[in-house]
Amino acid sequence: MSFVLVQVIAGGLLLGAVYALFSSGLTLVWGMMNIVNFAHGDFVMLGMYVAFMVFTLFGAGPLAGAPLATIVLATLGVIVYFGLIRSIMKGPMLAQILGTFGLALLLRYSVFWWFGANFLSLPQNIVGGTYAVFGLRIEASRLLAGVVALLVTLGLHLLLTRTSLGSKMLAVAEDATAAQLMGIRPDTMQAIAWAIAAGATGLAGALIATFFYIVPTVGETLGIVAFVTVSLGGFGSVPGALVAGLLIGVIESLSAYLIGAVYKDIVVYALFLSFLWFRPQGLMGKS
Amino acid sequence: MRRWLWLSIPLALLIAYPLVLSTPFQQRLGALVLLYAITASAWNIVGGYAGQVSVGHVVFFGCGAYAAMGAYTHFGLSPLVGIPAGIVLAVAIAALIGVPTLRLSGHYFSMATIAVAELVRLIVTNTGFLGAAVGLSGPTVPRNVFDLSFISSLPYYYLFLVILAVTLGITWWMTNSRMGFYLRAIRDSERAARSLGAPASRTKLHAFMLSAGLTSVPGALYAMMFGFVDPESGLGILISVKILIMAALGGAGLLFGPLVGAAILVPLEEISNNWLGGSGAGLTFVLYGAIIVLIARFQPGGILTLVNRLWARWKTPAATTAPQQGAPHAP
Repeated sequence: MSFVLVQVIAGGLLLGAVYALFSSGLTLVWGMMNIVNFAHGDFVMLGMYVAFMVFTLFGAGPLAGAPLATIVLATLGVIVYFGLIRSIMKGPMLAQILGTFGLALLLRYSVFWWFGANFLSLPQNIVGGTYAVFGLRIEASRLLAGVVALLVTLGLHLLLTRTSLGSKMLAVAEDATAAQLMGIRPDTMQAIAWAIAAGATGLAGALIATFFYIVPTVGETLGIVAFVTVSLGGFGSVPGALVAGLLIGVIESLSAYLIGAVYKDIVVYALFLSFLWFRPQGLMGKS
Repeated sequence: MRRWLWLSIPLALLIAYPLVLSTPFQQRLGALVLLYAITASAWNIVGGYAGQVSVGHVVFFGCGAYAAMGAYTHFGLSPLVGIPAGIVLAVAIAALIGVPTLRLSGHYFSMATIAVAELVRLIVTNTGFLGAAVGLSGPTVPRNVFDLSFISSLPYYYLFLVILAVTLGITWWMTNSRMGFYLRAIRDSERAARSLGAPASRTKLHAFMLSAGLTSVPGALYAMMFGFVDPESGLGILISVKILIMAALGGAGLLFGPLVGAAILVPLEEISNNWLGGSGAGLTFVLYGAIIVLIARFQPGGILTLVNRLWARWKTPAATTAPQQGAPHAP
């Protein structure tokens, strides 16, 4: 394997970890309430703009931007849950799809109106320079994003599987009525799930803002990436999202390098469709 | 008989509209309302009646638009020749993507159709034959009347009105046929419909193909009216979104729902674009987003459902209040 190829794969893995982080939010909400958030990519976009605002207003880097974006988005998640999701969950399918779709438009074009359609970016060396690790050249911003995203995704998995809060959430996912009889409030648990899911997108957005282009429509692409990751990893599975996210990061980088940058989205979308058609339960799901 | 009387009043209003409100802006607005009403009505067959929320209908819209402009650019033919070609292409593509995607239910179907639409847009953007990112243009100077290139919006208005009538006629005929009953049964519960012997997969596929063919016609008309098509105006996901919103605002699954939705939203968009200028483009979609969220939250049946309910209550006040009056001593 050529050396450049290793470099490309390493870059793909680091970006893929961020994909895994925000996709695990989508998969959590989906698995728990059987509702798909079509505004998920736009939540990530908001996280990027929060990080950008933190930089322009206070001159602070991701150390301040990332926690703040997490908190802002988690709050938004709770507001969205109580204001919209709770009522459309019981409604017809059209209302469920329209509700989050409308939210996506509302968020995307509010940002578009306020900030304009221009590509924004944070200064290149906001995190640090470029390091040479085992001869690989890795930018500090990508390394930070990849490592933090990986750790938080793993932490999320532990939270869901090893704590009593996680067990309560899984109980609500399994059967909300039965959980209620056991003294668990489904409403509270679902609101917490939305806070976690949206918080994860905020963190992911702030992390990729350090090296990604920041533009209002970026959420459209990232939203589809999240759908691909979730469908590949199996709905409701955080470890599945992690593996799938890393895989998609690598596939994207490889196809950008081998075929051409304009074709990388085509490859990912085609992969998504073939999975929806031939293996809707995902790579690791049970049929 | 009374029913036809009721229908003739709005029809007369629609025929008279561009003659009474005859400024170029008003005529163009009327034509656009009808164009979007046709598109949303075509979507309504699969999205409203069958309950399969397709977000990829712009693909079929684009089929028509690209077929019409392609017929002119590559073969020097009238864009009219492109219309049947577009219909055939849209129906074929619908069959191709419908077979695998219609097996998916609910959200999965919507997501798959988004991905198909984006995939097609990306492929067309990178295909030189279809004009890549620049798109294809129609005749700049019309050679004869068959180029359907008019300066005034009036001919377009009446052309669109006829096609809307045909589209609604087909929809009406379909809803009263066996297929319409199957579709409504599938929407309410696919499992129950299947267990009663309704051929769910085949019916959904036929509805999807019918809807696709009908959607390609307004795509071709749109391209002729504007004289060009590019990936954003012919295949952009926002067109799908607009179609969806119009049908849902008026009332998805109701014959006149899409027309009502288009009659509200198209003027809203044109007026806000005119008032706010270039900076209004973003705000228009903010408004769209807010409207959809509100419909989904408070009135998922759309405006016509609300009107029908109020009408029923107003017509039979005794029926709704009588039980309460009849039992004053009940605890």
